[in-house]
Amino acid sequence: MAQITHYSQWQDAPAGDNEFAKITDAVVRVVETPRPPPAWYMAFALALSWLGILQLCIGFLFWEGIGIWGNMHPVAWGWPIVNFVFWVGIGHAGTLISAVLFLFRQNWRTAINRSAEAMTIFAVICALLFPGIHIGRPWLPYWMFPLPNQMDLWPQFRSPLAWDVFAVGTYFTVSLLFWYMGMIPDLATIRNRAKSTLRRFIYGALAMGWRGSSRQWHRYERAYLILAALATPLVLSVHSVVSFDFATAQLPGWHTTIFPPYFVAGAIFSGFAMVVTLLIPARQFFGLKGLIEMKHLDMMCRIILATGTIVGYAYAMEFFVAWYSGSHYEGFAFINRAFGPYAWAYWTMVSCNVIFPQMFWFKKIRGNLWAMMLICIVVNVGMWFERFVIIATSLHRDFLPSSWGYFIPTPFDFLVLMGSFGLFFTLFLLFCRFLPIVAIAEIKSVHPAAHGDH
Amino acid sequence: MSDEESKSESAMDNTEDKPKSDAPTTANGEPLHGVLAEYHTPKELLAAAEKIRDAGYTVWDTYSPFPVHGIEKAQGIPWTILPWLVFGAGCTGLTVGLGMQLWTNGVDYKYLISGKPFFSIAANIPITFEITVLFSALTAFGGMLALNRLPKPSHALDHVERFNRVTDDRFFALIEATDPKFDDTATRTLIAETSPHHVEDVPADTRSENLPKFFTYVAAFLALTALIPLGYAYSVRGTTSTQPRIHIVPDMDFQQKFKPQRGNPFFEDGRAMRPQIEGTVASGDLQDDSHFYRGKVGKAWARTFPSRFTPNEAAMQRGRERYDIFCVPCHSVTGNGSGIVAQHALELAEGTWIPPTNLTLANIKQQPVGELYNTITHGIRNMPAYGSQIDPEDRWAIVLYVRALQRAQAGNVSHVPAAKRAGLK
Ligand code: HEC
Repeated sequence: MAQITHYSQWQDAPAGDNEFAKITDAVVRVVETPRPPPAWYMAFALALSWLGILQLCIGFLFWEGIGIWGNMHPVAWGWPIVNFVFWVGIGHAGTLISAVLFLFRQNWRTAINRSAEAMTIFAVICALLFPGIHIGRPWLPYWMFPLPNQMDLWPQFRSPLAWDVFAVGTYFTVSLLFWYMGMIPDLATIRNRAKSTLRRFIYGALAMGWRGSSRQWHRYERAYLILAALATPLVLSVHSVVSFDFATAQLPGWHTTIFPPYFVAGAIFSGFAMVVTLLIPARQFFGLKGLIEMKHLDMMCRIILATGTIVGYAYAMEFFVAWYSGSHYEGFAFINRAFGPYAWAYWTMVSCNVIFPQMFWFKKIRGNLWAMMLICIVVNVGMWFERFVIIATSLHRDFLPSSWGYFIPTPFDFLVLMGSFGLFFTLFLLFCRFLPIVAIAEIKSVHPAAHGDH
Repeated sequence: MSDEESKSESAMDNTEDKPKSDAPTTANGEPLHGVLAEYHTPKELLAAAEKIRDAGYTVWDTYSPFPVHGIEKAQGIPWTILPWLVFGAGCTGLTVGLGMQLWTNGVDYKYLISGKPFFSIAANIPITFEITVLFSALTAFGGMLALNRLPKPSHALDHVERFNRVTDDRFFALIEATDPKFDDTATRTLIAETSPHHVEDVPADTRSENLPKFFTYVAAFLALTALIPLGYAYSVRGTTSTQPRIHIVPDMDFQQKFKPQRGNPFFEDGRAMRPQIEGTVASGDLQDDSHFYRGKVGKAWARTFPSRFTPNEAAMQRGRERYDIFCVPCHSVTGNGSGIVAQHALELAEGTWIPPTNLTLANIKQQPVGELYNTITHGIRNMPAYGSQIDPEDRWAIVLYVRALQRAQAGNVSHVPAAKRAGLK
């Protein structure tokens, strides 16, 4: 990444005659610059074209039906649900960083929380897309909500799929509020520095007339604390509920009590990996090395290491329980998982999620951006495979050997998955361009200059 | 949290009060909003806030780029009631969530899913929890905005150039002219004592906060037009129409095919269902063996099994199997007419129930096999017909088995083959 240093405007020290002004400048110049770095344009063009492909695929899907995918008995859930669980998982790190680390007073979170929250929102948008287009008749998703109707029917609230609707819906709403509320003071900062009337109007409307009054700050901080306290159990509930979709079914390979904690650990694991994957380039290109420091990345690598090890433990425990339970079907499901037709997927998952992250034990690796980037991408791949393994290997050979099969994806499966990345990166790049990517006010409040007298 | 406190909370935020008649003015003679002092560090701001607080002012505030640690105390900001609002919202969410599930699944539309109870706390916890969190979070956010009087598009401080840095690196204190203790000279002296880096008079905000008339008209128009579909839906509620219903998404409601009893212009007679061509018989439909197909020999019920049917051990087993599938629910395994359908009917005790006949009664025993065969084929009085479900071959097998049941009722050891007698006791 050495060649990018010549975008000197990004790498210059921020203007400003005191510490607070420097922080403001470092973040706001990313938004104020007339032209972002060329890498941004390249990335945006790529993301946008994949978004276009996604739209075409979805258009064709609605026209033709879900037969264009590889979804077929016995693996009827196919890739759309794999992708759904994958994206929801990614969407966990943001709120975890903002809420849980906030409650634990981990001040290092201020450098990364904003972008992680944004990532959460965008990942949840991608996740919500999949159940929506997977239901076959995409004009009927309102059936999932308790709306009065002429048939006098109500949703079946004892079903984990209905729980999912409420869990993911609530999670999206609360994450959005959290993210937006955190941004209000920073949007006011951009508004106050805006030169053109249009900018002033747009950022002014978004900032809702925030003027930094202490009486307002008081309530704001209370509200923030409350939201954090609400989001903490919420973030744990969401992936638990997603895991109930599997765990409450009686299918060997799904029907296990370890799923909720195992899913939550996996979600944090994949979410942090995605944050690192996004932040390393972002801090390089936008000259935010002073704010998003190596020590922050180091902390994230440690969390990836810890959660990766938990995930490895869960994999081992699943095998142990399959043996210890004495259930033939459970035993078969796991032997089949590791040595059956999907052995390739299983071992890809294990090496990506358990073996590779162990390299973070070494301080050298935690200090090497390339190594970090590589491992985090590998983890993302591994976590996608984890969901694939759970869904495909459990479904493809269940109790009835006469209906065993093998899942074969179609080109549309690949295009839609890639397209969802297009959607995700389009949103993230727009965020990098137009919104404060670091929490300015929060960084200032934990800066030593804010406590000058101590 | 008392009312008093929330009242005082709003009083302090209320910067809208019109200046008094002898209101102080700025140097240019404009009505004065307040006096603004600028500081460079949080420490200076805290010190100044303490001074102003101690001087007894109430309608004043400090402004900073981030929440300054300890300012609540230095400024004497009362504790907000927000947590209580959120608590209330959480309780409401809890009730709404549980109540919704109880009423919809447990009362209004009960349906049984794999024998689970209609309402059980365990299965209803996830959604209750999510709704509780949702209500609380929305209230935390909305309550924060409402208590802070946001959004607030226009404010007197917007006209102060220097104040733009409040979101960057500067700290301010503003004592408003509406403060009962505000005094042109005394207040300024107090501010000077807090050693600010700059002091400035803030003229009152004269801009109107009202939206332009144009917006109001457009909004009213849109609101009215939005009512049209609703009003239409209401007006046609419960009426009938000869038009087919509107299919926004046709699903598979319309398929290009001809249905029975409908017209088809392709044929001369315009019927979609084709009648049998005269003088022909469809393959397999001839059924000229009256004994086998109808249980009749000439006009009388057949007294023997047809020649195409061989009453042997295999046929007997087949007959038992079919009988157990088709007849047992009503006539019971022994044929005495007390199958589970009959038992359940007796429990309901509805009075109109005709019980299934006891097949081992003398009058049924006397019936020729052809008549029994016919009863299965066409049913009889209250018994439905099984001809469409059971092949003729199997019907004969059932008749054979019914005969066996009849004999078994009055059977004794002599009916059992000598070789198998030893196994009985
Ligand atoms: C749905 C319940 C039901 C089933 C199943 C059923 N029956 Fe019956 N059956 C009846 C009833 C009720 C009667 C008495 C009808 C009446 O008197 O109105 C009856 C009467 C009869 C009679 C007496 C007819 C007569 O002449 O009085 C025979 C024989 C008989 N069933 C045979 C069978 C056989 C063989 C089967 C199995 C293929 C069978 N039934 C299945 C309900 C049933």
